[in-house]
Amino acid sequence: MAKLHEELIQVNNLKKYFRISRKSVLKAVDDVSFSIKKGETLGLVGESGCGKSTCGRTVVGLYDATGGSVLYEGKDVHRLKKDEKLQFKKNAQYIFQDPYASLDPRMTIGDIIGEGMDVHQMHSNEKERTARIHELLELVGLNPEHAVRYPHELSGGQRQRVGIARALAVEPEFIVCDEPISALDVSIQAQIVNLLIELQENLDLTYLFISHDLSMVKHISNRVAVMYLGVIVELASSEELYKNALHPYTKALMSAIPVPDPDVESSRERIILPGDVPSPINPPPGCKFQGRCKYAMPICKEKTPELVDQGDGHFVACYLHNK
Amino acid sequence: MAETTVDEKFEIIGCENSDSEKIVRPTMTYWQDAWRRLKSNNVAMISIVILIALVVMTIIGPHLTPYTHEEMIVEERNMAPSSEHWFGTDELGRDIFTRVWKGGRVSMLIGVVGAFVASFVGCIYGGIAAYFGGTVDDIMMRIVEILVSIPYLIVVILISVLTRSKGMGSILLALCITGWCGTARLVRGQILQLKEKEFVIAAKALGVSDWKIITRHLIPNTLGIIIVSITFDIPGFIFSEAFLSYIGLGVQSPDTSWGAMASAAQNNLMFYPYQLFFPALMIALTMLAFSLLGDGLRDALDPRLRQ
Repeated sequence: MAKLHEELIQVNNLKKYFRISRKSVLKAVDDVSFSIKKGETLGLVGESGCGKSTCGRTVVGLYDATGGSVLYEGKDVHRLKKDEKLQFKKNAQYIFQDPYASLDPRMTIGDIIGEGMDVHQMHSNEKERTARIHELLELVGLNPEHAVRYPHELSGGQRQRVGIARALAVEPEFIVCDEPISALDVSIQAQIVNLLIELQENLDLTYLFISHDLSMVKHISNRVAVMYLGVIVELASSEELYKNALHPYTKALMSAIPVPDPDVESSRERIILPGDVPSPINPPPGCKFQGRCKYAMPICKEKTPELVDQGDGHFVACYLHNK
Repeated sequence: MAETTVDEKFEIIGCENSDSEKIVRPTMTYWQDAWRRLKSNNVAMISIVILIALVVMTIIGPHLTPYTHEEMIVEERNMAPSSEHWFGTDELGRDIFTRVWKGGRVSMLIGVVGAFVASFVGCIYGGIAAYFGGTVDDIMMRIVEILVSIPYLIVVILISVLTRSKGMGSILLALCITGWCGTARLVRGQILQLKEKEFVIAAKALGVSDWKIITRHLIPNTLGIIIVSITFDIPGFIFSEAFLSYIGLGVQSPDTSWGAMASAAQNNLMFYPYQLFFPALMIALTMLAFSLLGDGLRDALDPRLRQ
């Protein structure tokens, strides 16, 4: 955590739309901007279907952006030449949500981990490759004997460790963790999060940590961005956000975190939002949250609020706070 | 009661923590696992034995008798099965035992070659359509729909007119032209499903090339259903050949196939039913064995039916 100043990734006005039919467009990510510093963990939270995963996948170039840009060390990742693109794919890796779907059932664990090493020619002979695979397996807390096994022989937690080892195999600088713990049970979740933190300290990694588990995000992240229907509504350092949430949506989210104290828990007040998340297909203009917001004003229906700095790196997109 | 049990706590008597990550079961590849399941399926194993016996007989059968398939013995016409002629003789005095196995070669060859060619073409076609998707997929699938809508009898007749020949070659060509469409649709469906899977996206994130993704991830994961579709296609092709030969569009005399033999025997069905019985039996046995084997393979290879 020594050098938290250099910006590794800069996302500017990123848009990702999916055309569903001739007339309707699904705006999964709609004008999102943020940056991640080297060695930092940025948490990205939000409800299911709010565009977190799409955002993560667009950032590492798995999806083409509809608009805007993603700058990695100053270069736009969607406009790279072929060899630059390969180099970028070595630098930026992805850990998937579902450890049951993210490993090819017909390949051994060793081949799954070795695949990226083969592409980037990171070993000169078979012996080196095997040694490196064993080293990676031990790094993520598995046995070297697992290399000859098939995914169906492992448990969910073990598979997720394989997924992490596969990402680490190409020695990346930046990893998008797309809900890496949500498919695991709680005791395993803690192990995986501890592993991720440990790896970050030892290998100087930068994370974009996508999750809907607010307490886990607080634990791992330096800063947290809150997404709602494809836009970031609030962005602040994690202590600031959890202490002093400004956006009505963030406040509602924060009130949903359970407290591990029965006395506090029983008297805790929850903000219940009326209605459901509206469809992201052809959304109305203005603030995306206005339909469920009890503070909605006329201006909320007309113009989309922009992220404005409230001081000390606390950004919020709400007309209650930017006059 | 409660007070006495308080002191009795659970104690760890074994199972060190270090053992928890160990897997005791020996490692097994996908194919070993599938073979293990196939072996426990008796019907499929009997089918394999029958098929092997049939194949062996089509190879050595014609040499087991002193006759050839085209040799006519005028004084021994329409003989019933005997020690001389094991399956009897036909109306021209040819030995049916010899002819059944000789004809079996044609039937088996058309079935196997046809199914393999059709599956190969179907795989590549369906694979390309699914992997590239969008407009490519739309155009390629419309072509398939047009091809499927043409009755294959018309194609066979057209081809035999064009090539001015009736026989194994033109039948094979005609069956291959129309036969791959089903496999193409099957493979397309499977690959459309697979390419959205996270392990394929993970390979893309690692920078693996399109070609490597197709050969290392998509094809191995579709191979199971392709094998099953081949085993189901073979009896279909054998039946089509029998049907075409039966109506006179297929293999021409003195060469023969099971369908052609059945066709020739139907005139004498009232008096010499065994002339129809043997080729019909072989057709039925082969088709049944392939179908049952296909069933067994599907159970063994389909991971969704895994226990």
